[in-house]
Amino acid sequence: MTSTYGITGYGGYIPRLRIPRAAIAAAHQWMAPQLRGLAKGQRAFCSWDEDSVTMAVEAARDALDLRARGDLGAVYLASTTLPYADLQHSTLLASALHLNASIRTLDIGHSQRSGVAGLLTALKDTSAPALFVASDAPRGKPASVQEISYGAGAAAFTTGSNGVIAELLGSASRSEQFVDHFRSAEEQYAYVWEERWVRDEGYLKIVPDTVNEALKAAGVAIDKVSHFILASPLKGISSAVAKKLGLAPETVVDALEADVGYSGVAHPLLMLANALEKAEPGDVLVLAGFGQGSDVLVLRATDAIRSFKPRRGVSGALADAQTQDAYLRFLSYGKGIDLEWGMRAEKNVKTALTEQYRSVERLSSFAAGKCQRCNTVQFPQLPYCVNPACHAPRSEFEDTHLFDEKAQVLTYTADWLTYHPAPPLYVGFVQFDNGARLLMETVDIGAQGIDAGTPLRMVFRIKDIDKTRGYARYFWKATPLSA
Amino acid sequence: MASGIKDKVAILGMGCSRFGERWDAGTPELLVEAFEEALADAGIERGQIEAAWFGSCMDAINIGNSAIPASTALRLDGIPFSRMENMCATGTEALRGAVYAVASGACDIALAIGAEKLKDTGYGGLPPPFKGTFNDLWMPMGSAPAGFAQLAAGYRAKHGISKEELKRAIAHVSWKSHQNGVHSPKAHFRTAVDMETILNAPMIAEPLGLFDCSGVSDGAAAAIVCTPEIARALGKRDLVSVKAIQLSISSGVESTMSDWDGSHVRTTRAAAKRAYAEAGITKPRDQISLLEVHDCFSITELVTMEDLFISGEGRAVHDVLDGFYDSTGGIPCQIDGGLKCFGHPIGASGLRMAYEVYTQLLGRAGERQLSSPSIGLTHNLGGVPYLGIAAISILGLL
Repeated sequence: MTSTYGITGYGGYIPRLRIPRAAIAAAHQWMAPQLRGLAKGQRAFCSWDEDSVTMAVEAARDALDLRARGDLGAVYLASTTLPYADLQHSTLLASALHLNASIRTLDIGHSQRSGVAGLLTALKDTSAPALFVASDAPRGKPASVQEISYGAGAAAFTTGSNGVIAELLGSASRSEQFVDHFRSAEEQYAYVWEERWVRDEGYLKIVPDTVNEALKAAGVAIDKVSHFILASPLKGISSAVAKKLGLAPETVVDALEADVGYSGVAHPLLMLANALEKAEPGDVLVLAGFGQGSDVLVLRATDAIRSFKPRRGVSGALADAQTQDAYLRFLSYGKGIDLEWGMRAEKNVKTALTEQYRSVERLSSFAAGKCQRCNTVQFPQLPYCVNPACHAPRSEFEDTHLFDEKAQVLTYTADWLTYHPAPPLYVGFVQFDNGARLLMETVDIGAQGIDAGTPLRMVFRIKDIDKTRGYARYFWKATPLSA
Repeated sequence: MASGIKDKVAILGMGCSRFGERWDAGTPELLVEAFEEALADAGIERGQIEAAWFGSCMDAINIGNSAIPASTALRLDGIPFSRMENMCATGTEALRGAVYAVASGACDIALAIGAEKLKDTGYGGLPPPFKGTFNDLWMPMGSAPAGFAQLAAGYRAKHGISKEELKRAIAHVSWKSHQNGVHSPKAHFRTAVDMETILNAPMIAEPLGLFDCSGVSDGAAAAIVCTPEIARALGKRDLVSVKAIQLSISSGVESTMSDWDGSHVRTTRAAAKRAYAEAGITKPRDQISLLEVHDCFSITELVTMEDLFISGEGRAVHDVLDGFYDSTGGIPCQIDGGLKCFGHPIGASGLRMAYEVYTQLLGRAGERQLSSPSIGLTHNLGGVPYLGIAAISILGLL
C-alpha cells in the first residue's frame, strides 16, 4: 500500500461488433478506390443501441467489477460524442452504476485531448476517490478516411490513495490554437486539414516538447520510459514522435488499429488500460494527449499492479469480437443512412419524464425487490409481492441489483414482425439464478444463436430512441456470454 | 359457493358480419351487419333492448373509445350502454356483461356486440402496443407472434419434442383450420392450403411462419340474451343457454416468479377449471362436442388443448397429428375456420366463437354442420401467454 494518490483500478470496453475494413472499402470502391490501401484489419462499431453513455457504463463495470463503490466521491465522463447538449451524462453513468447520490458529477469534452486532460484533472483532485471514464464513438463521413480508420470504445479508471497501482509522478500541459480539424456543434462530421501539416507542425512539434517537460517535472530520464502512449487517427504518428524523443520502438504501445480503430477521446485511455494489464511494478508509462495543445502524464506502476484485475480487461473486450461484414448495417447503426423501416416504426415512444423519475432508482440500476417475508426476488417492483402466498407490501422489499446476477435464457423468439433497428428482435424470458425472471431483449446474438439455457450477462443499452423529440431512454438488456 | 349462471340465461338471437378485409365497411357498417342479423334472429325490435355492452379493443384505429360510437351507429337511444376492453377477451367480456345483467334480473333483454376495424392501419398485422408509461420504460415490445412463439421453446423443453416434430404439429393445426374455412361463407380465408406451403412459409417469429398466424380481419358479431322464460314467451323452442362464463387474469406470477415453465398458459387452466365447475362438466374430453379456441397462433391452439384438460400433458402434439381435432375427429376444433381462417377482429372474436357454437347447436351450420352437438366451448386469450387474460364460455342446448 502506498499513500500517494494515483490510479487504483482500470477497465475497458470495446463494442462486440467489428466490420472488416475491406467491407467498407469495397462499398466505396466505385468512387474512392484509394480506400483499399487502408483496408486492413477491422474496426469496432456501436450497435444501434450503444453510445458513449452505454460504453462508459460497461467500461466502468469492467474496472469496478464487484468491488465496493460506496467511497467514490466524484465521477467524470469525457467524450466528444455524448448524445445531449444539455443533460448531464455523468449522472446517467452514476445512476446506472448505483453510485452514491452525494457524488460529484462532471462531463468533459469538446476536444480530442479531453480524455487525457480529464484523467489528469481527476488525478490532481485528491479530495476523494473518483471514477474517471472516457468513452467515444467518433463518426467519419461515408467514404472518408475517418470512417475506415475510426473505432469506438471506452476506458475507465478509479483514482484514490488506497491501493494505488500507478502513481502520477509528474505532468505537463500546453495550450496551442492549432486547428487540425473541427466539428461545429451542429455538424455530424469533422472538417479535417491536410495530414502532412498536422503531423509535421502539430504532433511532431507540440507533443515532444510537452513530453520532455513532463519527464523533467517527474524527474524521470527518457530511457526509463517503458510504455509510450499517444493515440492519433493518423497512421505512424506515435512511432514518429517516439523516434523524435529518442524512445526505443518497443516502448510504443499498440494503438489497437488491427481490431478497434481510433476511438476518439477514449483511445489513449483504452491504450493505457491495455498497457496497465501488461505493466510490471516500476514500469514508467507516458501518456500523451493531443488536440489544441497537449497534456502529458508520467505514471509509474507500483507493486500493487499485480494484485489488481479488471473484470475482463481490454484484452477480454478485444477477444469478444463479432464480425459483421454488411456495410449497410454499419452505416445504419451509425445513423449514416435512413432506411425504410415501415409504418410500425412510427410508434410514439415519448418518455413520460415524470414516470421515469418515479422509477429511476429501480430502472437505471436494475433493482429488483427481494421480499423480506418470502424471499421472492421480483422485477419490476410493484406495490405488493407477486408471490400468491405472500402479497407483502413493497415497503418490505430490499433492493437486489440484477446487473451482475447470473442468468440464462428461459424462452426466446426471433421477432421479424415488430419494428427493431437490428432485426430480428430477440425477446424472451430471462431466468436469474437468484429467482428473478423477466421479459428482456437479448442483443449481439452471434452466429451460434441462443436457445433455452444459454448463459447470459446483462448490458446497459438504449431501449428506445424517440426520434421526434431526440430522446434516448436506457435500460438493461441481456447478451450471450459468448457470441 | 355461488350457484353460477348455468342455464339462467338463453340466447335469443345472434348475428355475425362477413369477416375479412372489408374495404367497403367502417365499424358502424360492420356493427349494423351483425346487429340486424341478431335482431331478426331474435324476432324483436330495437326498442326492446334494455341494456347493451360494446366490445372493441384498439383505440388508435377502429371507432374510438367509450360506447358512444356504437350507440350512435345503432341508434340505441338513451339505454345503458357500456364499452368493454380486455384485449382479445373483449368479445367474451361483452357477452359476460349482458349475461350477468339478465341473470341478475336487472333487465330482461340485453345486447352484447363487438367489432374491430383493423384494416385501417395502412399495413399488415396489428398496431404496436402501448403498455403504459412505466412498462414502456423497461418492457421489450415484441409483436403478438413473438409473445406466443415463446410457448414453443418452453413446450419443447418440457416435453422433449424436437423442433421439427413441433413444427409439423402446429402446421397441422393451421392445415385443419384452412380445410374447415372452405365451408364457412363468412370467413376471411376460404382456401385450403397444403402442408408443404404451411411448413415453408416465411418466418414471422420463430418457429411461427406466416400460416401459423391468424388473419387480421375486420368484422363484428352480436348476441341478444334474455331469460329462458322470456325466450319461450317470445316463441323460441330450441334454446341454447349459457352454461358458464369464466375469466382468469395474470397477476404477474408467470412473468415474475420462477415456477412457470413457459410451456402452458396458467390463466387458461384456471378459467377452464372454474368454467367446468360452473357448467357441471367433469369429463371435458367426453362431454364437449366442439371447441372454438383462441388460435391466434398455431402453437396457442396446440397448448390450449392441454390447458383445457382435453389432451393430457405432452399429448396435444399426438392428438393434433392423429386428427382428433379435425372436422372428422373426436372433438372438432375451429369448425368455422377459427381465428386463423374466419378471422380475428379482436373485439368481435369471442362473440364470433359463440355464434358458431350457437349455429352448430341449432343445426344451422350447413355444409360444416356437425352431427348432433350438445355442448360447445369458446376460449379467448388476451395479451400474451405469460401476462394475459383467458376467457371461456360454455354454451349448450337447454
